[in-house]
Amino acid sequence: MGNYDFAIGMGGAPGQGIESSGPLLLRICARRGIYAFTYSAYQSLIRGGHTFLTMRLSSEPVANHGDKIDLVIALNQDAMDKHLQNVVPGGAILYNSDNTKPEGDVPEGVQLCPLSFKELSNNSRNRIMLNTLLLGAALNMLGAGLEQLENILTIQFQRKGQAVVDENVGIARAGFDHAAEHFTPFPTSLPMQDKPLAVTTGNDMMAMGGAAAGVKFYCAYPMSPSTGVLHWMAANARDLGIMVRQVEDEIGVANMAIGAAHGGCRAMCATSGGGFALMTEAIGSAGMMEIPVVMINVQRGGPSTGLPTKTEQGDLWQLLGASQGDFPKIIVAPTSIVDGFDVIPEIFNLVDKYQCPGMVLSDLTLSMGYTNIDPDLIKWDQKIDRGEVITEDNDSDENYQRFKITESGISPRALPGTPGHVHVVATDDHDEDGVLISDEFTNPHKRRDIMEKRQRKMDGIMADLPAPTLTGPEDADLTLVGWGSTDSLIEEAASLLRAEGYSTNHVHFRWLYPMDEEKVNQVLSKCKRAIVVECNYTGQFARFLRGETGFKANGHIRKYDGEPFMPHHIVDGAKEIEAGKTELYIPYQEIVV
Amino acid sequence: MANDGKPIKAAPTAKDFKGSIAPDWCPGCGDFGVLRALEMACAKTGREPHDFITISGIGCSSNLPGFINTYGMHTLHGRSLAVATGMKLSNHEMKVIVTGGDGDGYGIGGNHFLHTVRRNIDVLYIVMNNQIYGLTIGQTSPTSRMGMKTKSTPFGSVEQPLNPLALAILSGATYVARGFSGDTKHLSELMYRGIEHNGFALVDVFSPCITFNKDNTFAFFKQRVNKLEDEGHDPTNMQAALEQAIIWGDEIPIGLFYEDTTRDALEDLEPVLQDGALGRKTDLAVTEEQGASIIKQMM
Repeated sequence: MGNYDFAIGMGGAPGQGIESSGPLLLRICARRGIYAFTYSAYQSLIRGGHTFLTMRLSSEPVANHGDKIDLVIALNQDAMDKHLQNVVPGGAILYNSDNTKPEGDVPEGVQLCPLSFKELSNNSRNRIMLNTLLLGAALNMLGAGLEQLENILTIQFQRKGQAVVDENVGIARAGFDHAAEHFTPFPTSLPMQDKPLAVTTGNDMMAMGGAAAGVKFYCAYPMSPSTGVLHWMAANARDLGIMVRQVEDEIGVANMAIGAAHGGCRAMCATSGGGFALMTEAIGSAGMMEIPVVMINVQRGGPSTGLPTKTEQGDLWQLLGASQGDFPKIIVAPTSIVDGFDVIPEIFNLVDKYQCPGMVLSDLTLSMGYTNIDPDLIKWDQKIDRGEVITEDNDSDENYQRFKITESGISPRALPGTPGHVHVVATDDHDEDGVLISDEFTNPHKRRDIMEKRQRKMDGIMADLPAPTLTGPEDADLTLVGWGSTDSLIEEAASLLRAEGYSTNHVHFRWLYPMDEEKVNQVLSKCKRAIVVECNYTGQFARFLRGETGFKANGHIRKYDGEPFMPHHIVDGAKEIEAGKTELYIPYQEIVV
Repeated sequence: MANDGKPIKAAPTAKDFKGSIAPDWCPGCGDFGVLRALEMACAKTGREPHDFITISGIGCSSNLPGFINTYGMHTLHGRSLAVATGMKLSNHEMKVIVTGGDGDGYGIGGNHFLHTVRRNIDVLYIVMNNQIYGLTIGQTSPTSRMGMKTKSTPFGSVEQPLNPLALAILSGATYVARGFSGDTKHLSELMYRGIEHNGFALVDVFSPCITFNKDNTFAFFKQRVNKLEDEGHDPTNMQAALEQAIIWGDEIPIGLFYEDTTRDALEDLEPVLQDGALGRKTDLAVTEEQGASIIKQMM
C-alpha cells in the first residue's frame, strides 16, 4: 500500500458541531488504523466567531497538520469564503447549498460539492445534523464505508431512543448516498489497516505520563490551553488514587503542589504563561527548600493575556528567569504529543534525585492537538526512582541535618512525620540544619557553603541529560535547529529540502536547561550552516543557545502570528536564506480564521 | 500490651516542644506568649513532636516554626495556607498548624485565607494579630484601625480594617476563636481545642507589637478583653457569634466565638484519602488493569 496522506479542513462557527464531528471522524479513522493529527484554529469565544479544524490523515504515524487541504467541509458561508482558496487542485469542498455558495473564482481543479440540508433532511429543524450529513458525504468521497459512523452514532444516541438514532443514521446515509450519486470520489480510498489506534491529545498524554510517574497530587487553576490536563486528572483521580484540586489562583496552585511534594507526594501542576508568571516566586521557594515538584507551562501567544487560543514558543526566557536568584532547576520541552507522556516520568526521576523544581514547556499545538497513535506507545510501566528519601526512623541519623553539605550537593530528604528527623525547611537561606542565615544568623561563610552545595547539583543534572539529537546526514551543508513541539515539522521540512537537492539535517533540543556547553558543541561544531527555527519574535532559543555555547546561527526562521508552522514555511525560508536573500525569514500564513 | 522491650516513653510535655533556637523577637513581644501557649497545646494532645508540622509565611510571627520543636516549613509571604493545604492532603495523618501575622494572612494571603476557610481542611491557623507590619518596621496592616498613624499612613489611615472573625464565620469556618497572648492558659486551651477540632480552625490572637504599635498595647487589650465563656455565649449559634465578632470598644470579647462539629472536613469527603497518607505510598505505578481500562476509553 502506498503512503496515504490526506487532509480535511472543517470550517464553521463554534456551536455548529465541529468540536464533536472532528473527534468523530478521528475515531472512525482510529478504528480503521489510520493515523491522524489535528490542529484547531479557533477563537476565544464559546459562540460566534470562526473555527477551522485541520485533520491530516495518514497511513504512517503523523505529528503535524501538514501543508495542504484536500477536502474542505464548509458549515457556513464564512467557511466557504475563508477556505475555498486553501483547497489544492484535485481537492473538493462540501457545503450546504441552502445558504452557502462559492463567491469569486473557484480554484482550478477543485470540485464543488453542494448538498441541500433542507431536501436531504426532510426540512429537519435540527440544524446540528448538518455536520452528520456532510460527514456522510465526505466518507463516501473518501472511499470509506458508512459502517463505523453508523456504529458510533448508534452508541452515541442510544440513550435518547431509537427515533433519535434513526434520524442521525438516516441523515448520514442521505449524505453518503447523495455523494455517491453526484460527486466524484477521491482517487485513493481511505485505507483500512490492521491495528486499531487510540485517540488522544497532548494534554491527556502529559496527564497520563503523570499518572505513570506516580503523581498522587495534581492541582491547577483553569487556563487555556492547559486545562485539558486538569480535566483528565479530575476524571481519573478516584480510579487512580490521585488527589486533584482546583485552586483559587496559580500562586495557590504552585504553593499547594510544593506543600504536597514536601509531604511525600509526587506533585504536578499545569498552566499557561500568565498563570506561570504567578507561580514563579514559588518555583524559587522549591529551589530554596529543595523540594521536587513539576510545573507544566502550555504556551499560548503572549505577551499578557495575549492570544488565548493561539500558539507560540514565547515563554522560554520566562522559564529561564523564573524566580529571583540562582537555584538548580530543569527545563524540558516535549517534542511530540507522544513525547508529552514520556517526558513526565523522566523529569520526575530527575527532580526527585536532585530535589529541585522541574518545568515542562509545551504549547497549544501539542497540548490541544488531537492525534491517533499506536496504543502500544503508552508505556505504563515506568521506572520510578524517588531519590534519597528517609521515611523511617534509623539510629544512624542521630544528628540528622536536612541540608547536609555533600559532594554531590544532594542531602537525604526525611519526609515530615518521620521520627527522629524533625527539621524545618525555609525559604530564607539557612544552614545545614535549616536554621535561617538571615536576620541575626547572617553568616557569609555559611551562605557561601550552602549556595555552593545547592549549585553542585547542577553538575549532576548536566551529566545526566543527553545531548540534542541529530537526524539526517551528518555532513549536511545545512542544519535546521529547533526545540520542543516543532520536531516533526522541521523533520518533514528537512526531508522535503533533501528531496529538492538541499543537503540538510536537523538538530533538535528536548532538554533545554541546564545546557552542557561541551555536549551541545560536540553536536553543533559539525554543522556547516545553521538556521534556527522557532515560533517567537525575538529568537529566544537562538539567543539562549548563543549565550550558553557561543554558537551563532547563519539564519533564522520565526513565526509569531499565532498559527503554527507548516512544513513548507520552513522549506521556503531555508531556500531564501540559502540563496542569500535574507538572514531572517518570516513565513506568510495562508490559512486564516 | 507488650512493647517489644523498648522503654515506655513518658507523655510529652511542653518542654518537648521547645525548639533549640531562642526566638529573636523583640523583648516583650506578644509572640513569646503565643509560642508558649502552642507548646502547651501540642503537649496536651499527647502526640509527639514528629506528628506535627508548623507552617508559616513571612513576618516576625512567621519565624515561629524555627523556635518550636516540630517539623516546620517557613514558606513565602502569604502562602502558608496554600502550602499547608498541600501538606495536609499529602499526609493527613499529621497535625498541621499554620502560624503567621495579620499582614501575611489577611493582607497578601487574603485570597488563600478565604478559600482555605471555605474548604474546611483540618488545620489550625494561628494569626498573631498586632494590627501593624513589624518586620518591615511599622506600616499599616489590614487590621489597623481607622486613623492609625504609621510610617505609611503619617496622616492617619483612611481605610476600614477588616474583621477576620466575621469574615471566617461567613466564609464557612467551623472553629473561630480569639485569644490574647497576655493570657497564655486561656489561649493554649483555644489552640488545643482547635487542634482537636476536625476542620478548619482559626485562632486570631491579640499579640501586641511593643516596638511599632503604640495604640494596641498590652495595657490596651488587658483593660478591654472579656471572656465569652463568662458571658454564657453559645458557640453553636452563628448569629450570636457574628454579633460578638463585631463588638469592638471598651469591651472586646475573646474566647470561642463559633464552632460547628456537624460539617465534614475536606479530608473526610475525599475517597482517595481513605487508605492512608498519599505522600507515604510506595506502590505508585499504574496497574496493568488501570492502564488497560484507560486505553480502552481512547479506542
